[in-house]
Amino acid sequence: MSPCFSDTSSVTGAGVESSPVITADEISDSLTDEDVPWVVLVWNDPINLMSYVVFVLQKLFGYSSEKATQLMLDVHEKGRAVVANGTREKAESDVFRLHEYGLWATMQKDS
Amino acid sequence: MLFDRRFRAKRNGSVEINITDEERRLIADLVEQLRELVLSTSPEGSVDDSIRRLYPTAYVDDPEHEHEYQRLMRDQLLERRLGHLDVVEATLQDRELSSESLTAWITSINDVRLVLGTHLDVSEDEEPTFAASNDPDQQQRAIYQYLSHLLGELLDVAGN
Repeated sequence: MSPCFSDTSSVTGAGVESSPVITADEISDSLTDEDVPWVVLVWNDPINLMSYVVFVLQKLFGYSSEKATQLMLDVHEKGRAVVANGTREKAESDVFRLHEYGLWATMQKDS
Repeated sequence: MLFDRRFRAKRNGSVEINITDEERRLIADLVEQLRELVLSTSPEGSVDDSIRRLYPTAYVDDPEHEHEYQRLMRDQLLERRLGHLDVVEATLQDRELSSESLTAWITSINDVRLVLGTHLDVSEDEEPTFAASNDPDQQQRAIYQYLSHLLGELLDVAGN
């Protein structure tokens, strides 16, 4: 089978799009963006087994069995739960790892 | 009884697996199908409906960041998936799995369930039942239920 994903051009150059001149406004914007804590949410879904959700939360975040189980129950009963928080960069990395394990995870600014 | 268990955690952290050759063939077949599916249905900028559950939205109310996330992360996500599938294929005939291999089995089997479950449109409260013989999805339903059971067993032993 021919590789369908050999084109990596979209990945190269990631994060180097900053303009040479940075204004004070841009700095304050980016500071605001990074300072506001972001939350990572896991949403209830009908496919992932409850025991699987507990397994993933323990594995990725090192949570105790009790904490992971409580978060899973929150997801199950309330429809979603905050499983992690932090800067946008950290939240995005957490979301990616949860996606890698097939959990339905999203992130948003803490309000 | 202990000796009837199909999966048994060993002291060194690895896991003994006693499943039938038929099960190994089925898992091999499903893993291969999943590989073909994820390789053929992820053209740049769109995700086929059958695998949408493998590529969730990260930023719900922020289209700009979402676009960037998908642009940068999707190929990486695909690579991780294929890496897990590689491990499963390489260890399919093994009688003993390392804990890393066990994790690859768990995530890959779950990925197959995500695709099958999306196709079958399973709902949470619906107790899975074997459908009537004229149900065109009967075989897939049976496989989905088998995989759910198998995953439960693997998670049991992973948690010990």
